Amino acid sequence: MKIRLDHVVKIFETFRAVKDVSLEVESGELVALLGPSGSGKTTILRMVAGLEFADSGNIYFGDQDATDIPVRDRGVGFVFQHYALFPHMTVAENIAFGMDVSKVKREKAAIRARVKELLRLVRLEGLGDRFPAQISGGQRQRVALARALAVDPKVLLLDEPFGALDANVRRELRRWLREIHTTLGITTLFVTHDQEEALDLADRVVILKDGHIVQQGTPEAVCRDPKSAFVMKFLGDANMLAADVRDGKAYADGAVIDAAGLADGKAELYARPGDLDWAPQGAGIAATISRVMDRPGGRRVIATTRDGVHLELDLEPERAVTSGDNGFVTLRRAKVFAA
Amino acid sequence: MRRNVLPGLRLSLGVTLLYVSLIVVLPLAALVFKAASLGPADYWQIVSSSRALASYRVTVLAALAATFFNLFLGLALAWTLVRYRFPGRRIVDAMVDLPFALPTAVAGISLTALFTTNGLFGSILSDFGIKVAYTPLGIMIAMCFTSLPFIVRTVQPVLEDLDPSLEEAAQSLGGSDWAIFRKVILPLLTPALLAGVSLSFARCLGEFGAIIFIAGNQPMSTEITALLIFIRLEEYDYQAAAAIASVLLFTAFLMLGITNWLQARALRYTLRT
Amino acid sequence: MRKRTGCTPPRVGDGPFFRRMLISIVLVVGAFLILAPLLIIGVEAFAKGWQVYRDTILHPDTRHAIMLTVLAALVAVPVNTAFGIAAAWAITKFDFRGKAFLLVVIEIPFSVSPIVAGVAYLFVYGLQGIFGPTLDAHGIKILFAIPGIILASMFVTAPFVARELIPLMQAQGRDLEEAATSLGASGWRTFFSVTLPNIKWALLYGVVLCNARVMGEFGAVSVVSGNIRGQTNTLPLHIELLYHDYQAAGAFASASILALIAVFTIIAKLALERRGAGRVRPAVNPAEKA
Repeated sequence: MKIRLDHVVKIFETFRAVKDVSLEVESGELVALLGPSGSGKTTILRMVAGLEFADSGNIYFGDQDATDIPVRDRGVGFVFQHYALFPHMTVAENIAFGMDVSKVKREKAAIRARVKELLRLVRLEGLGDRFPAQISGGQRQRVALARALAVDPKVLLLDEPFGALDANVRRELRRWLREIHTTLGITTLFVTHDQEEALDLADRVVILKDGHIVQQGTPEAVCRDPKSAFVMKFLGDANMLAADVRDGKAYADGAVIDAAGLADGKAELYARPGDLDWAPQGAGIAATISRVMDRPGGRRVIATTRDGVHLELDLEPERAVTSGDNGFVTLRRAKVFAA
Repeated sequence: MRRNVLPGLRLSLGVTLLYVSLIVVLPLAALVFKAASLGPADYWQIVSSSRALASYRVTVLAALAATFFNLFLGLALAWTLVRYRFPGRRIVDAMVDLPFALPTAVAGISLTALFTTNGLFGSILSDFGIKVAYTPLGIMIAMCFTSLPFIVRTVQPVLEDLDPSLEEAAQSLGGSDWAIFRKVILPLLTPALLAGVSLSFARCLGEFGAIIFIAGNQPMSTEITALLIFIRLEEYDYQAAAAIASVLLFTAFLMLGITNWLQARALRYTLRT
Repeated sequence: MRKRTGCTPPRVGDGPFFRRMLISIVLVVGAFLILAPLLIIGVEAFAKGWQVYRDTILHPDTRHAIMLTVLAALVAVPVNTAFGIAAAWAITKFDFRGKAFLLVVIEIPFSVSPIVAGVAYLFVYGLQGIFGPTLDAHGIKILFAIPGIILASMFVTAPFVARELIPLMQAQGRDLEEAATSLGASGWRTFFSVTLPNIKWALLYGVVLCNARVMGEFGAVSVVSGNIRGQTNTLPLHIELLYHDYQAAGAFASASILALIAVFTIIAKLALERRGAGRVRPAVNPAEKA
C-alpha cells in the first residue's frame, strides 16, 4: 500500500512540531524517518497511524484519503517504542488480541494456528505461554512485531524499534527485520535517531530537522551527496574548516578543493575523518599530531592546525604516527557549503 | 481541530463534570451564597463574635499543637518503619492506618474512656494533676489521633526511595550522622513533610466526631468551631451556621492553596530549565 | 533496598543506642495512642457482660442503624466507584483545558470539614435551601431522610477511588490503550480487557477505603440525618445517641462492630498492598519528578 502525506502540519504547545511535510512511500518500500529528538519524526509516524490527527494537510493510503480514519479502522500495524505489550496477557494472548477484537470473527483454532505461525516467524516458538515480564528485551520487541503483524496490516509502522536494546541484539534484530520485510513485502515506515540503523536497514532515508524534511533519498545518495551542513554532520563524524570560495574553488588553510557552482565568499568545508590523510612532508594543511587513538579497524588521529582547529583523521593501522609529529593534513574529498 | 485517538472523552468527562458539579460544587456554592446573603455587617458581626473567636482560638491552637507533635512522632514512626527491622514492625506499620479506618465517633468515645479521670490513662495523669478529658488538651489528643497517619504515610515512601548513595557520598565526605540527616536527608524529605503537615493541620481544623466526646464543649473554652456550627443549626440559626461554616470553608481553601504553593516551592529545584 | 548485613557499614541513624531508643519511643507512643483506643472498645463493650452486649446488638434500633449504614454504603460506594473510573479515564487519557483545576476540585471534599459539608447540603435540599421549598411542595424528602444521608456520604468520599486510580493510570501512560486501539479494539473492549486488569487492585483498594469511610462517617451525616432514632440513625449516630443516653456499654457494643470493620479494612488494605495497590502516589518525592 502506497502512503502519501500532502502538506501535513501539526503544531503542539511544546516545541515538537511538523511543519508542512509532504512525503511519498511506495508500496513495499522500507523507509526510515531519521532525525534528532524534537525533529517531528515520531509525530509524523503517529499521524500516519492515526494516533495523532494533523492540524491541516492530508494523508492518503493508496488513493483513499485516510486523514480522518480513526486508528482502529486504519489497518496499520504499530510497534511502540517501549512495545506496550499487555503485561497481564501471555505472549500468545498478546499476539492474538487483534484477532480476538476484530469485527471479522475467527475460529479459536484458526487464531491459535495463526499465533503459532507468527511465533515461528519471529522465532519465539515455545514462548507463547510466558508473560512479557518473563522474556528478554529483544524477545519483547519481536512479540510486539508479531502482534502488529497479526492483524494483516496494510502498513507497518515502528517507533524507534530497537531504541531500548543493547548494541549486539540491535544489530541482529536489524538484519532479521530486513529479512521479514523481504519475505512479507509490507510497506514499512520506521522512526530512528540512529543514522547507522537508518542507513543499514532502509531502502530510503528521510532526514528531518525542526519539523521539515531536509533531504531524502537512498542511503547511498544521502551519504555521498549530503545537501547541507546539517545532513553532513548528522550522518556521521565530520571535520569543519572555514574556507573562502573564489572562482569555483574553495581555499582552506593551505588546502584547495573543487567547489563548482558556489558563489564567491565565505564557506564551510566539511570532511569525514576517512577523507583526510596525513603526510610528513609536502603540501596541505600544516598541523601537529596531538593524540593518537587506536581502534580495531585503524587509528584515529587528532591533528591540531596552526589556527588551533582540531581535525580528526582515520588512518590505516600500519601507519606509524605519534603525538608530537609535525606534518600536513591532505584532503581526499570534502563537501563545501556556503556559510 | 482537536481530535482524540482514544474513545470515551465525552462520556467520561461528562460524567465527571456532572458528578462534581452536583455533589461537590453545588452544595459549597449554596453555602457561600447563603453566607454572602447576610451582608457584610451582619456577616462580620457573626464571624467575629466573642464566642466564635474563642472557638477559632481553641481549634487553631489545638491543631497547631497536635500537628507539631505529629511532625515529630510521624517522622520518627516513618523512620523506624523504613530503616529498622524489629519484631512487630509489620503490625505497627498496619496499625498506623487505624485512625483512618476507625470511624471518628468510635475514636471519640474510646479516647474519652481512656482519658476521663477514672479512665485507664486519665486516672494516672490526674494523680499528677493533669486533666485531659474535657480540656483543650483532650481536643489536642483527639486531633493527634485522627491526623497521625498523614505525616507517616507521606514521608514513608520518600524515605524508602531515598538513594542510599547520597548518604554514602555524604559519609565519604566525612559528615557526621546528625549533619548528614540535617543537610542531606531532611531537605529531601521536606516536600513530603510539608505535604503531610498541611494535610494533617487541615484535618485537625475540620475534625468533629473524635473531638466532641472528649472536649467538654464549654462555650468560650473547649468549644471547637465545627461544634459551634452544629450548635447554631440546632438553634435554627441557619444564617450564623452558614457564616461560621464559610469561615471553615475558606480556611480549607486557604490550606489547599498553601499546600500546593509549599510543594511547588519545595520542588522547584527539580524543575528543568 | 539494599539488605544490611553485618558486613555493610552502618547507615545514618544505625547506631545501636539511637536505634533502640527510637524503636522504644515509637512502640510506646504507638501503643498508647493507637492500640489502647482499639482495645478499650472491646473492654468497655463487654464491661456489663455478654448479655448486655447481645441485647444491644440485637436491639431493633441497632439493627436498623446497621441496615441503614449498609444501605448507604451499597449506594454511595458503587456510585463513587463509577465516578472515580470516569474521572481517572478522562484525566489520564486525554488532554484538555482546566485539567489541573478539575483535579483540585475533585480533591476538595478531603479538605472540607464534614460539618461544613453537612451544612452545605442543608442549603441545597433543606427548607432554607435552593431546592428545599420545591421538593417540599412535591412531598419529596431528602434531608433528615435516607437520601440526604447517602448524598452527604457521597460528598465526603467522592475522591477516594479517583485518587487511587489517577496517579496509577498516569504512570501507566496511554501506550497500552493506543496499542489496543491500533489493533482494532473498541473503547469498552480496550477498557475491560486492557485497562481494567492493570488497575484492578488499585481500584479495589480505593473501594475498600471508600467503604470504610462511608460506614464510619459521622459529622456530615449527623447534620443531614436529623437523628431520628430507628429511622435516620446510622451506626455512628446510634453510638452517639447511646453514649449521651448514659448507655456506655451499649455505645461501645455498637462501636465494636465498626471497630471490627476497621480492622478488616486494614487487613484488606494490607492484602491489596501486597499486590501492588496504593504504591503509586502523586510525586511529593523530588527523585520521582526529576
